[in-house]
Amino acid sequence: MKLSPILGFALVALTLACLPVLLPDGFYLGIATHALVFAILALSLDILIGQAGMTSLGHAVYLGLPAYAVAWLTVQAGWPPLPSVIVALLIGTLTAALFGLLALRASGLGFLMITLALGQVMWGVAYRWVALTGGDNGLRMPGRPVLLGIDLQAPLPFYAVVAVCLLAALICLWHLDRSAFGACLRGTRDQPRRMRMLGHDVWRIRYAGFVIAGFWGSVAGVLYCLDYQYVSPQALSLPQSAEALLMVVLGGAGTLAGPVVGAVIITAIKTVVSSYVDRWYSLLGLTFIVVVSLMPRGLVPGVRDLWERLRA
Amino acid sequence: MQFWVIQSLNSLAMGGLLFMLSAGFSLIFGLLRIPNLAHGALFMLGAYLGATALANGLNFWLAALASGLAVGLLGVALEAILLRRLAGNEQAQVLVTLGVAFIIADLCLWGFGGDPMPLAAPRSLRPPVFLAGFAFPGWRLVVLGVALTTAASLWILLDRTRLGAMIRAGVDDRLMARSVGIRVSFLFSAVFFLGAFLAGFGGVIGGPILSAYPGLDAEMLPLALVVVILGGVGSLPGALVGSLIVGAIYNFGTALFPDLAYVVLFLPMVVVLAVKPTGLFGRVLR
Repeated sequence: MKLSPILGFALVALTLACLPVLLPDGFYLGIATHALVFAILALSLDILIGQAGMTSLGHAVYLGLPAYAVAWLTVQAGWPPLPSVIVALLIGTLTAALFGLLALRASGLGFLMITLALGQVMWGVAYRWVALTGGDNGLRMPGRPVLLGIDLQAPLPFYAVVAVCLLAALICLWHLDRSAFGACLRGTRDQPRRMRMLGHDVWRIRYAGFVIAGFWGSVAGVLYCLDYQYVSPQALSLPQSAEALLMVVLGGAGTLAGPVVGAVIITAIKTVVSSYVDRWYSLLGLTFIVVVSLMPRGLVPGVRDLWERLRA
Repeated sequence: MQFWVIQSLNSLAMGGLLFMLSAGFSLIFGLLRIPNLAHGALFMLGAYLGATALANGLNFWLAALASGLAVGLLGVALEAILLRRLAGNEQAQVLVTLGVAFIIADLCLWGFGGDPMPLAAPRSLRPPVFLAGFAFPGWRLVVLGVALTTAASLWILLDRTRLGAMIRAGVDDRLMARSVGIRVSFLFSAVFFLGAFLAGFGGVIGGPILSAYPGLDAEMLPLALVVVILGGVGSLPGALVGSLIVGAIYNFGTALFPDLAYVVLFLPMVVVLAVKPTGLFGRVLR
C-alpha cells in the first residue's frame, strides 16, 4: 500500500482536524493534546534511532530543559511569552549541540551510556538546584499565555497549535527522510566505514542529526510546558527518556507513523492505568520487556508486513 | 584542616562503595557487552532486603551476605530467563535490563513504602575512631576495609584462578574463548551472579551511610556509568581508580557545591571522553 505523500499528509491533517469534533469533551481533547506533544518528542527521537541508528536514553533532556526554560523565563524572569519560547528552543538546541560533542565520542552502547549519564546530570541539577528549579516541587505556570495573538488558555486553540506543530514535524521529517542528508544518515547507520571511504564525514552527519533531533525535541518540550503548565524533575528523568524510547520502539523505528502510533498508545495506556492503579512504572517495564522480546520491529512495520502478506 | 581530612576519608569510603557497585557492572559489561541498567535497582534491592533483615534482628554481616545472595540469584535468573533469549541483539538486551530496573524499583516502592529505611551499622563498629588527633566515623573505615578486601579477592579470583582466567579470556575475545572450549554461557551466569551479588552486598554495606530509599537506584546507576566511562569497560583496575575518582568528586562536590554536585561529577567524564574515549584502562573489545 503506497500512499502518495500529499494524500497522506492531507489524511493526517483531516484526522487531526476531525478529532475535536469526534471527542466528546475537553477532557478527552486534553489527553489527545498530551499524546500529540509526545508524538513530536517520539518523532524527534526517531531521527536518532530510526535514521541514524543511535539509541539515546537521555532524550528527556530536550523535553525537560526547554520546558524549565519557558516556565522560568515567563514566571521568574517575567519575560513575555514569545521571547521565552524562542529562547527556550534556542537553549534546547544549543544543549543538543553541546551534548552531541560528548555523546558522539562514542557510538552504539557507549553513546547510549553517555546520553543516559548526561540525562541524569540534568535531572540531578533540576532536583538539587532548588533555588533555580524549585526542586521536587517543580515550576508552575499561572496559565497558558497569548502567543502571536492566539489565546492558548482554552483546550481547542491549544490543541490546534500542537496539531499544526505535529504536522510541521511530520512534513519536515518526511523531507529529511527523502533528502540526500537522510540517505547519508542512514548510510552512517548501516555502513559507517563505507561512508567514510566514500569521503563523507560520518561524525559531522551524525552530529547534524543529533542537533536536529534536539531541536524537534525542544519543540515538544516547549509545548509540554504550555500543555501541563507545570514542569518537575520528572520531565528530565530516566523513566521519561525510556518512555519516549518505548514509544518509538513500540510503534516502529524508522517510520513516520510508528512514533506517532506509539505515542498515542503509550499516552492512552498511561492515562487509563494511572486512573486505576499506581503501578505505571511496573507496567512500563513490563511493556518494554514484552515489546523488545516479542515485537522487536514495532507495530507499524509488523502490521505492514501482515497487510502485504494478506494482499499477496 | 579537620574538614579536608574527614572529607577525604568520606571520599575514600564512597569510592569503596562505588567500587562494589561498579566492579560487577564493569565485568558484566566486559563479558556480555551490555551495560546492565538494572544494576542500580539491584543495589537498592540489596539495601531494602538488608534493612528488612536487620529489622528482624539478623546479624549485620549475615544480613549483608543473605541480601547479596538473594540479589545474586535474581541476577542469574535475569540473565538466564530474559537476556539469553536475546543473545546477539545487544540493544534489545539493554532495553530489557532497563525494563527490569523499572519493575524492581516500582515493586520496592510498593513493598517497602516511600519512606527511607535506615540500616544501623553493628554497634561495636559505630563509635568514631581517633587517629592523629582526628575523629573518624568508624563505619566509613569499615566500608573502606570491606571494599579493599573485595578488590583484593576479586583480583585473586580473576588473576589467580581457572575461572578468572576463563572470564578474562571471555572479556578479551568471546568468540575465541568459545572456540577453545570455554563454556561462555556458564561464564555469563557466573559473572552475572558475581556482579549482582556485589551490588546487593554493597547496598547493605553502604546502607548505614546511604540508607534505603526510593530513587537510590537512579542515584547510583549514573555513578556506576561514570565510573565505567572513566575507568574503561571490563577492567578491574579501571573500576577501582574510576570509583576512587568519582567518589572523591561526588563527595567534595556535594560538600562544596551541593546544588551542582551532579554537574561537577560529569566534568571528569568530559575530560576522559575528550582525551581517551575508551576510558583510562579501557581497550577496544572484540
